Amino acid sequence: MINELEILETMKMFSEQHLDIRTITMGISLFDCCASTPEEACDKIYTKICRCAGRLVEVGDQISRKYNVPIIHKRISVTPISIVAAASGAKDYTMFAKTLDRAARDCGVNFVGGFSALVQKGYTKSDEILIHSIPEALATTDYVCSSINLASTRTGINMDAVRDMGEIIKQTAEATRDRDAIGCAKLVVFANAPEDNPFMAGAFLGPGEPECVINVGISGPGVVKHALESVKGEDLGIVAETIKKAAFKITRVGELVAREASERLGVPFGIIDLSLAPTPAVGDSVARLLEEFGLETCGTWGTTAALAMLNDAVKKGGTMASSFVGGLSGAFIPVSEDEGMIAAAQSGSLLLEKLEAMTCVCSVGLDMIAIPGDTPASTISGIIADEMALGTFNNKTTAVRLIPVPGKGVGDSVEFGGLLGMAPIMPVNTKSCADFINRGGRIPAPIHSMRN
Amino acid sequence: MEQSKNTAVVSVLGKDRVGIIAGIANLLAEYGININDISQTILDDIFTMVMIVDLQNVVIEESDISDKLKQLGDSLGVQITIQHTGLFNAMHRI
Repeated sequence: MINELEILETMKMFSEQHLDIRTITMGISLFDCCASTPEEACDKIYTKICRCAGRLVEVGDQISRKYNVPIIHKRISVTPISIVAAASGAKDYTMFAKTLDRAARDCGVNFVGGFSALVQKGYTKSDEILIHSIPEALATTDYVCSSINLASTRTGINMDAVRDMGEIIKQTAEATRDRDAIGCAKLVVFANAPEDNPFMAGAFLGPGEPECVINVGISGPGVVKHALESVKGEDLGIVAETIKKAAFKITRVGELVAREASERLGVPFGIIDLSLAPTPAVGDSVARLLEEFGLETCGTWGTTAALAMLNDAVKKGGTMASSFVGGLSGAFIPVSEDEGMIAAAQSGSLLLEKLEAMTCVCSVGLDMIAIPGDTPASTISGIIADEMALGTFNNKTTAVRLIPVPGKGVGDSVEFGGLLGMAPIMPVNTKSCADFINRGGRIPAPIHSMRN
Repeated sequence: MEQSKNTAVVSVLGKDRVGIIAGIANLLAEYGININDISQTILDDIFTMVMIVDLQNVVIEESDISDKLKQLGDSLGVQITIQHTGLFNAMHRI
């Protein structure tokens, strides 16, 4: 028997605490779309995506109706285009991005991820072409997201690529200057990128993944915050227990939706990505959740410890709820997409250096952070290098999604709208790291990568 | 609550008034949906009514029952939702 208290609790999670299924992401392998001309490859890509994902939005809406559960996004991730396009002989991959864009529009999804390359150990010719196509590709498309894996614990850090991506991020900002550098919001660099991540901008379908797969990303910082409000002043063991229980329930909703989507689409279920993904809406903030631990403002001392515990407890509750938890799984701390983070950054309590520390203990990394437009490319590369080192040497995923906004400086802010939110421009340490970045080469894999 | 597949929870949140149950029961009867159980209570100052219904042959996502319940709720000044029981079983049972 389900009792009415449980029913009421569930109702409130959806109506007041912003619980939602953040995304159903269909991963589609494009290995069979390789062709000897770019035109033929693009034709195959468009046809295959539309064939596989044609019903994705419709099925998502049906499930949403059946359970009265909001499913915010339906999205597509594909095999990294640097692999798919390699045989085509194209010298620029913008047309591949435009093909993905057209397929996404026609399928009715709101993002397609996979304009990607995995270069943790070095570039193929195709990887280089892809990376240099990014600024134009992101400036001339609406739905395409790009991600580059620059480092991994097993391979170390490709510092040539770290250097180049500093330049590419600047060029992407410049190419979308008229829209406050929105191109950079669709571009992320990774260490240890997961191959089954359903969240954008970093979603792509890794080479080890099946032909077609359904991955579901769930959210619910508001639910966890609400649960914590009921244990005000209790010791941290009780707090951890409370978070675990909330995470369990959230994950079960994701599992239900994922299995049902998989059945209706005739596509295998891959993983649940158990992430606390905030939105700019009040009551849906990870920062406010951290403050519920007893912090005056997110970013003050204690923030990292609270975040570490939160992240761990979420995973513990989630893994009990689903056997297939994967992707990024953890708390997200994007600045522009989180009402509490925005407020903390505006008040000066939350600085880039603290965010970097926080990324040591949660998923993802320096995410959706606007920095001054005159930040040199080498400094952006330096920030990336530090974040890649955290991921590589601590055996975890880290990422960087920075937005150097042309013509703006500290004190200004940018408004992206929708779920991308708004961001105050945050100050960056102005001392140079150019000589370090210009050395290039590779940072060798850490000793603990040798586990065989 | 029955564990059989095609049941749903109809829930009503808001301020109590005359005619809520009558209105919902009439609407459900039009769709041939059978009411198995009704309970109501006041929780956190909110009137809460929960019905467990047997959907018979109705498929929630293919029918306009959710919209009709929502309209009825709007006219009564309460929030009415219908959700397949699978959701609650998934969330609250290991």
